[in-house]
Amino acid sequence: MSFWEYLASNYLEVIGYTFEHAVLVLQGLALAVLVGVPLAVLTYRTGLGRAAAVNSASLIMTIPSYALFGLLIPLLGLGTAPAIVALTLYGLLPVVRNAIVGLREVDPAVTESARGVGMDRRRLLLSIELPLAWPVVLAGVRVSAQLLLGIAAISAAVNGPGLGNLILSGLSSAGTPFAVYLALEGILGIIVLAVVFDAAIALLTRLTTTRGARA
Amino acid sequence: MPENGRTDTGPTAEPMIRLEQLTKRYPGQDRPAVDRLDLDVPPGEIVVLLGPSGCGKTTTMKLINRLIEPTSGTILLDGEDVTRADPDALRRRIGYAIQQTGLFPHRSVADNVATVPRMLGWDRKRVAGRVDELLTLVGLDPDTYRGRLPRQLSGGQQQRVGVARALGADPEVMLMDEPFGAIDPLTRETLQNEFLRIQSELGKTIVFVTHDIDEAVKMGDRIAIFNAGSGIEQYDTPERILTEPATPFVSEFVGSGAAIKRLTLSRVGDVPVPDWPSIGQDTHRDERAAAVRAGAREFLPLLDADRRPLGWVPADASGDVLDRGLPIVTRIGPGDSLFAALDAMLAANSSAVVVVDDAGAYRGVLDLETILSTVHTDAGPAVPRPGTVATPGTV
Repeated sequence: MSFWEYLASNYLEVIGYTFEHAVLVLQGLALAVLVGVPLAVLTYRTGLGRAAAVNSASLIMTIPSYALFGLLIPLLGLGTAPAIVALTLYGLLPVVRNAIVGLREVDPAVTESARGVGMDRRRLLLSIELPLAWPVVLAGVRVSAQLLLGIAAISAAVNGPGLGNLILSGLSSAGTPFAVYLALEGILGIIVLAVVFDAAIALLTRLTTTRGARA
Repeated sequence: MPENGRTDTGPTAEPMIRLEQLTKRYPGQDRPAVDRLDLDVPPGEIVVLLGPSGCGKTTTMKLINRLIEPTSGTILLDGEDVTRADPDALRRRIGYAIQQTGLFPHRSVADNVATVPRMLGWDRKRVAGRVDELLTLVGLDPDTYRGRLPRQLSGGQQQRVGVARALGADPEVMLMDEPFGAIDPLTRETLQNEFLRIQSELGKTIVFVTHDIDEAVKMGDRIAIFNAGSGIEQYDTPERILTEPATPFVSEFVGSGAAIKRLTLSRVGDVPVPDWPSIGQDTHRDERAAAVRAGAREFLPLLDADRRPLGWVPADASGDVLDRGLPIVTRIGPGDSLFAALDAMLAANSSAVVVVDDAGAYRGVLDLETILSTVHTDAGPAVPRPGTVATPGTV
């Protein structure tokens, strides 16, 4: 039985897992943005704040995923919940770092003159700083998405959803040709998703960046 | 002297901006950046803060709208203590324009200009009307420029938009930090002249920061010269600063050529043009040379029917020269400075230059002697104390 014959026999299962995988990554990514961008906004103005935010996010990246699940299972049990939280934490670093860089790259003359004509902090942030930093923020989201698509496979280890389940069942039948086919199916699904996510975020960047902020 | 819409204000007039004992101290620095500064800015005048780099002139300007918060001292705006007022509300009452323009790059020209009116909650129609009015005022056609992005404009146009944005909600006070500093000399001159024209219409109270003495003399009704220690060495009219520098620092800062710089302050329209006979075109050509020889001048201007000068007729004229005269290289109008008149003389290797009025009709001939005597009367006998509010010198 060749790989393609095998794929033809279980493609519905593969498509189902791919869909789950996409939803899982989207949830983790969305939470990473919802936590990461405000974190960047709160910390980008001071050196100490920036260091604290970026270093914490980097530290999380160094925690092995199995160890992280070990920490999360007592709190959240098995299944989707610990998988989403883990992805959120892993996705923070590119989002936080890019948001800080983007906000700091706004020309000081622009923010000074905005304050000089009487713009308050909130308005300055919402109408000047974030729109100008937006392309850089989205570039961080793009990196984060690619990263999470790979990491999400591990969530099968805690009974989470996604393509990791194909890879995991391949591992459990190691030694048979199906083990390789299952792993290949998992990888193929992730590659397809990576291309789709990349294109989607590129499109989002074009649609949501005001023409003057485009580099 | 209604030059550039400048107004005379006696020492009793209520200042629009009054700084009292204003001090800015940064932690970890022994010397304050601004030290117990007192300054009165009279309403409707351009006060230039002038000094070397690092003298605290920009810091002083930013203390006025509290972009930098003072450590101690008082800021009075139109008699009202604003030292502890809401800074955002304060800044919406004060126009702000800087050298780098600081235009919002992601917003159209119209949106940039509309910034303050929108924050003040004006309705859409009123904002749109104001934007068009301001763009027209700064010399940009609203239909052409309204929708453009800042980066689609030249440096000079960006600066115009910056000034229009600062004028957004018609503030009484404007702060300008080297607004024409990053622009090529030719455009800068145009913008300065246009700004003085706008100011003569609007009569704003303006604090203008520069390190360029020539710009200070041109723009300022008064100049405050800062020393390196952020103290004010002299606060006076440009005329007084040039003729009577209060301290050695001021004379050094003003530099050589103070007398020449003073010539830029006087308009040809403000000085008496000596009587100089002319020849009408209706005179018979054979009588023209005789007319010149009969007078005390070596040359007489030949005028057409509308009294516009056609050329110079010398005493020894003959042939074609009798018909049209020798060509006149430069005509000086009432708006030109004495400096331009002198420059024209030197360029034409002549000791006299033809002066015309706004319509181009002959007004007389300005000669070197008149310029010299103007310079000497200008030096004037009165020596004001530094810091006194003097009226602009008469010319």
